[in-house]
Amino acid sequence: MDAVLLARAQFAANMSFHILFPTISIALGWMLLFFRWRWLRTRSEPWLAAYRFWTKVFALTFALGVVSGITMSFQFGTNWPGYMERIGNIAGPLLGYEVLTAFFLEASFLGIMLFGHGRVSEKLHFTSTFLVALGTTISAFWILCLDSWMQTPVGFEIRDGVFHVTSWLEILSNPSFPYRLTHMLLASTLTVCFLLAGVSAWQVLRGASNPSTPLVLRVALTVAAVLVPVQVLVGDLHGLNTLQHQPQKIAAMEAIWETERGAPLLLFAWPDEKARTNRHAIGIPRAASLILAHDPDGEIQGLNDFPDAHPPVAPVFFSFRVMVGTGVLMLLSSWTGWWMYRRRRWDPSALPRPVLWVLTAMSFSGWVATLAGWYVTEIGRQPYIVNGLVRTAEVASKVPSGMIASTLAMYITLYIALITAYVAVIKYMAEKPVEEGPQTPQSGSAVAAAAAEGTAA
Amino acid sequence: MSFDQALPIIFMAVMGLAMLTYVVLDGYDLGVGLLMPRATEAQKDMMIATIGPFWDANETWLVLGVGILLIAFPKAHGVVLTAMYLPVALMLIGLILRGVAFDFRVKARDSHKPLWNRAFFAGSGIAAGSQGWMLGHYITGLQPGWQYQVFAAAIAVALPAAYVLLGACWLILKTENDLQRRAVEWAKIAWLPVVIGMGLISIITPWVSPTVRERWFSMPAFIALFPIPLMTVTALLAARGMLNSHRVLGTLCWIPFALVVTVFLLGFFGLAYSLYPFVVMDRLTIWQAASSPEALKVILIGVAVSVPAIAAYTVLAYRVFGGKASELRYA
Repeated sequence: MDAVLLARAQFAANMSFHILFPTISIALGWMLLFFRWRWLRTRSEPWLAAYRFWTKVFALTFALGVVSGITMSFQFGTNWPGYMERIGNIAGPLLGYEVLTAFFLEASFLGIMLFGHGRVSEKLHFTSTFLVALGTTISAFWILCLDSWMQTPVGFEIRDGVFHVTSWLEILSNPSFPYRLTHMLLASTLTVCFLLAGVSAWQVLRGASNPSTPLVLRVALTVAAVLVPVQVLVGDLHGLNTLQHQPQKIAAMEAIWETERGAPLLLFAWPDEKARTNRHAIGIPRAASLILAHDPDGEIQGLNDFPDAHPPVAPVFFSFRVMVGTGVLMLLSSWTGWWMYRRRRWDPSALPRPVLWVLTAMSFSGWVATLAGWYVTEIGRQPYIVNGLVRTAEVASKVPSGMIASTLAMYITLYIALITAYVAVIKYMAEKPVEEGPQTPQSGSAVAAAAAEGTAA
Repeated sequence: MSFDQALPIIFMAVMGLAMLTYVVLDGYDLGVGLLMPRATEAQKDMMIATIGPFWDANETWLVLGVGILLIAFPKAHGVVLTAMYLPVALMLIGLILRGVAFDFRVKARDSHKPLWNRAFFAGSGIAAGSQGWMLGHYITGLQPGWQYQVFAAAIAVALPAAYVLLGACWLILKTENDLQRRAVEWAKIAWLPVVIGMGLISIITPWVSPTVRERWFSMPAFIALFPIPLMTVTALLAARGMLNSHRVLGTLCWIPFALVVTVFLLGFFGLAYSLYPFVVMDRLTIWQAASSPEALKVILIGVAVSVPAIAAYTVLAYRVFGGKASELRYA
């Protein structure tokens, strides 16, 4: 197998595994801060119970994110040695600032957030939780800035093949960055909402619900019902932005081979790259032009306008459909769920079982949509690593393909095992009854903390 | 020397500091992980409790060290990591196993706990061993040839031993009673391989590299540098002596750890002196490998602001969780 393709497969495997966990921890950090704040304001036990349970999930998620993030910092060198040689002057500071401003912040305060209660004041504990949440978000800011710059590069000049910065302001405000950052932060929030709702629904189904379950379900469904439409809007704006800057990506997403006006929206098709046409296409006439250009007769550039410079069509085409399809399911389930839950006066045990099953089945729908979205945007950038300027093959490692293949096999085996374990452990924790014991720890008092329920870690 | 020329030196220093901090801080985590199979079930939980609040931040120093290699010396990052492709992959798998086992072992059902304990041990072992192999390979300038491989293999045993020694001394500092007494015994066992490993490095590096030989054994450098090996030997002997004293179980429990950290520091300075100004021995100097001065200046601002802040909240974390470790509970 081709070494460049293997290097890409390996990077994609590591990245796909890594992104699962920050996607949860970014928004879950803020959700925990909200639970804690509600508890501090109301002193109502269920909020504290919600905080406690989801802190454990957060700790586990965070650990998986950290260890897979470390892998990423090495992979740039092992898989793309040419990347930093060419683009190091831009990518270096962005990655560096991520480690310096975000990674340390979250990792250092995590200890106090998880285990500091009873050792530090409530204020410092709350601040630590805030700093952890802030750290995860700042981290997303830097990483997405770099990724967006690779999609829409600005603010540089090339001397002897090496990129040099001319304006950091332009780089930090590159054209696709605001859309991508918003889209990703919303994706993270929705992923967490569906995880919270799914686990809560599962608890009700298994008769393992506790006083916090109705609250968590209510928060999750409310936030999801509000934000799914916002995400659709932001996704649409992101699409317009992509059409302007990366028309070849849009053409691949819609499998449009020839430039045309009034392009149909394909509901299903089998893009055939060799014949450069679609097989078994079923489409809605003019709908793609309407959605993409906001004009039923709008012109959409076709893939044939980009000879040897457009992404592989089928993966982008199908990923995009998976993302949109999952989004539609999220919209339907969150609205139905919220409406029915409200009708039943926020009593989850009164919800029909099929609704609970649907919510449970949607627990990890955020992962599916997020991964599919990433495949659209990253595979859609190929064959370039920096859009239109540097090809991926130019910066790939010269490591023998056998070695890449064997380490790839190791990584994938490990990742499958860990994802299985992660899901299984969340399921196990959800079903486990809440331990008995005094519920309210007095801050600053080690005695009360020692008596408080909670699991040793 | 202009400021632009000094920039790579500054970044070499920051990178070295990050790597040293990583080796010391995560070194004791990995050492504790390696000692796990020797402890009883209750002791295992206590051992984990000594490192629980810290390991995440400890591991982050590796990200900073490699991050600076990546962003300040991109050419070296490519050369070094391509040459060490396999051990890097192994180390990453080890670190992943170690890191996740840490959390899974208390959250999974009880019957799975021994499995995660084994994963924790295996991960620590794989990570420590491959780091040792990389260190051995790196300080002989990434050269192929069986003799270098043998040397790297020897360091792959010696570095985990050093981590075990550090981890055992950490446990002497952070625990009490039976576990503390056992930690003293563990430290004694690990001491000899560490001494042999440091001796090997001191003999082999000048032997394979004329640059290193010249630097250490020419006059008057030899005399000026003599305190480094002398102090290392003294610290190692003092640590071994302390382990025989019952006073390490009481108020002097911090001394073995401090002495072993001193040994790590001295070893680091020795290595840094041997290597400078090369980032890959005899092949690539820090100026050849460095990014453009403009990029380095941008990062330097971030380093100057954030590294003191990082140091401050690291100190805060160690103060919050200071003294003898107690059972960890979620807030």
